Amino acid sequence: MNFFSTAPAARRSPEGQPPASAIWQALALWLAPLAFLIIFFFVPLGSILSVSARGLITDGLSPAAAERLGRALGFTFYQAALSTLLTVLVGLPGAYVFARFDFPAKRLLRLLSTLPFILPTVVVAAAFNALIGPRGWFNLLAMEWLNLPAPPFNLLNSLAAILLAHVFYNTTIILRVVGSAWEQLDPRLEAAARVLGASPWRAFREVTLPLLRPSLLAAALLVFLFDFTSFGVILLLGGARYATLEVEIYIQALHLLNLPLAGLLSLVQLLCTLLLTVVYTRVASRLNIPLTPRLHGEGAAAPVSLRQKLLVGGVVLVLFTLLVLPLTALAARSVARLEPARGQRGGFESGLTLDYYRELFVNRRGSLFYVPPIEAARNSLLYAGLTVGISLALGLPAAAALSRRSPLNRLLDPLLMLPLGASAVTLGLGFILTFNRPPLEARSFPLLIPIAHSLVAFPFVVRTLTPVLNSIPLNLRQAAAVLGASPLRVWLEVDLPILARAALVAAIFSFTISLGEFGATSFLARPEYPTLPVAIFRFISQPGGLNYGQALAMSTLLLLVCGLGIALLERVRLPEERSL
Amino acid sequence: MKATGRFVLLVIMVALVLVACTPQTPAAPIELRVLTHDSFAASEEVIRAFEQENNVKLTFLPSGDTGSALNQAILTKNAPLADVFYGVDNTFLSRALKEEIFEPYNSPLLAQIEDAFKLDPQNRALPVDYGDVCINYDKAYFAEKNLPLPQSLADLTKPEYKGLLVVENPATSSPGLAFLMATIAAFGEDGYLDFWRQLKANGVVVVNDWETAYYTNFSASSGRGPQPMVVSYGSSPPAEVIFAEQPLEEAPTASLVGENMCFRQIEFVGILKGTQQRALAEKFVDFMLDVRFQEDLPLQMFVFPVNRNAQLPEEFVRYAQIPAKPATLDPALIAEKREAWIEAWTQVVLR
Repeated sequence: MNFFSTAPAARRSPEGQPPASAIWQALALWLAPLAFLIIFFFVPLGSILSVSARGLITDGLSPAAAERLGRALGFTFYQAALSTLLTVLVGLPGAYVFARFDFPAKRLLRLLSTLPFILPTVVVAAAFNALIGPRGWFNLLAMEWLNLPAPPFNLLNSLAAILLAHVFYNTTIILRVVGSAWEQLDPRLEAAARVLGASPWRAFREVTLPLLRPSLLAAALLVFLFDFTSFGVILLLGGARYATLEVEIYIQALHLLNLPLAGLLSLVQLLCTLLLTVVYTRVASRLNIPLTPRLHGEGAAAPVSLRQKLLVGGVVLVLFTLLVLPLTALAARSVARLEPARGQRGGFESGLTLDYYRELFVNRRGSLFYVPPIEAARNSLLYAGLTVGISLALGLPAAAALSRRSPLNRLLDPLLMLPLGASAVTLGLGFILTFNRPPLEARSFPLLIPIAHSLVAFPFVVRTLTPVLNSIPLNLRQAAAVLGASPLRVWLEVDLPILARAALVAAIFSFTISLGEFGATSFLARPEYPTLPVAIFRFISQPGGLNYGQALAMSTLLLLVCGLGIALLERVRLPEERSL
Repeated sequence: MKATGRFVLLVIMVALVLVACTPQTPAAPIELRVLTHDSFAASEEVIRAFEQENNVKLTFLPSGDTGSALNQAILTKNAPLADVFYGVDNTFLSRALKEEIFEPYNSPLLAQIEDAFKLDPQNRALPVDYGDVCINYDKAYFAEKNLPLPQSLADLTKPEYKGLLVVENPATSSPGLAFLMATIAAFGEDGYLDFWRQLKANGVVVVNDWETAYYTNFSASSGRGPQPMVVSYGSSPPAEVIFAEQPLEEAPTASLVGENMCFRQIEFVGILKGTQQRALAEKFVDFMLDVRFQEDLPLQMFVFPVNRNAQLPEEFVRYAQIPAKPATLDPALIAEKREAWIEAWTQVVLR
């Protein structure tokens, strides 16, 4: 393991140029992650883009196509910026409350708030419909209580629905990434500012916020990129009037079979991602402030004053309403027939039932593609476990390399984020085109699915680990080295304990990304190894009450499997739980 | 140190176990690969019988929706992914033929199929099944309101049906595209945009996908939406009965099957150019066109068999309506105009 050979003296040497050995070490760290990206990302992407480029050169770009491109680009930026802003506004107070206060059911709420991340959009659409749809619970209750003739809320098929869904999906990124950084901030710094007479707001603005900025920026970038390449939410909840670049790519590639235009759109999307990341890297490099991290949970206390209690209560209520209620509506709908009566305006039918779950275990039509739920859960977990393994194994050395001063970093750092900006449709087609022959044949090499998932998870892992690695003060490592610790021991005793919590966050994200991913899977899936999202899709694409109910039941199973998985991951005993 | 060691060890062990558990492909003597779309389904019993009779292992490759599967077939035509491709429909047929992905095969079973389904005279693509994209309506709603049913597409622009219809975006949905084609067949290339302008003025709701239209907007589905009419399939009413939560005597929905109100989708199978298993591929195509598989189709994929000797299941006989005069368009015209039609429709209806 080459990152063990870190020579502390070689890091961030004050006099400009790093020694030649440091460059070799950096190269060694980069080897595996770069090889992975080249083989599984740049080559397939290049092959599909070159096919579309040939078409574009012969056919040219029509004015109508140029107009589509411009319109989609504008809307993509607009909705992503708005969504990111809202997500940060909701997530930041949440991160604060999680980092600084202890309250009942804190762990449970944190766990539940991660679950939206994994749900396939089709299911989220069903959950939102059960809650805020024209015959959803909010509208039914409002019509009943206020005696209204028509549903008062009309959120579906609007920009509001897109924004709401993006907040629902991505708030957990802010909560987890910023929250874990906040937990490790020394509370005495803010206390000192208060003692010196700063107002709470000023102490936050001038002490806490500058220290949090690297994680906040990293988290906001991730949220922005997720919103920027958003596909299912726009397609299913936004309705037909809205199209992002990714939606246009899907339409052009798979419905109009216009690969050249799809390729051009993918390229534009990639360039935007690259540009954003370059700007981010420049800004972030100026923000890092090395600081001795505190123990997890040290700065958290139960709320005391009325103001604190109101704050904690308010934040918990908002998070619960936005993130947990739709999940509850979904789970409730899978066991209960609580719904408006057929064809009627008011009144509902009710009753409890386990029929949908029972039916999941029956292959009623003797279908060749029947998916036993246990098997689907097993396959999903297997892929998710492999994804965690692959993305951490590649992300740790990449993050270690990024935290060193090396001329390579400025060049390579933005490239690492590109998989987040790649269109799933384009990349999927690239996989088919490239991995078309043994031994790496897309259809008979089962590892390709977790590899595709790892491509999305890898930038996440890097972005989660790098700010934390950067914050480790050099003198900690030097002190350990002076006291006689070998480089390996320095890494194990200094870096790893500080890194462990961030690595856990990274593992949880890789796990959830893999469990919920459907885009690449639908291209590479093999019927012998169906996953839970594949099974959900099979049900919801056919008419009939049982199919609908079974899709919801299968989604609830997905939620349970994911919840259990995260709970288990969180129980892994972290080395930092010992006293420093 | 001890805890750290254990943590590292645990990570390594989990990784090893996961790698060891990775599913392995069982070795098969002769494999025949079938590229298809995600909606493909068949009875295990029927498929296994074919495998045993011919000592073959069938591997199905579901590859997204029809467009996605066709794209993959075209992209890999120099090194084909599979031996047989099933699932290209009449809206994509010309494109598939132009790209020359298929080898011709004059199956003897073609004699049992009506000529109307055979759209490729060279038999590179052979018809397997068909289905009609029709408007489904909520029977309870129309009965309760005492509302007469629309008798033609033009009726949909009448004020009494204002805001009652949900359709899918033809740019993102295959039934949406089929319905657009029905309006083009009914009103002609000069008239269909006027019809859509009137439909828009009459409050037609447009969503991107069938799932949303059916489960979120349609009032007779489990989603209990606000619109009592939805663009779906002629086979959806029997599916509502077969997949009902409680046994139903009567379907809650039915289709509007007046002249030119439904668009007929026909699905084709073809032998992919460059296959090493030509003889087996021919056997499989024959099998798909023969009565046993054809009779399995309706309850698995909710489509109708093209083989005139195949019997329909009881639910289909009772609840499915087959339009006497469905709309059709020439596949070559569709291939030529598809993009322009969709673009024009988008300008009129969405902008």
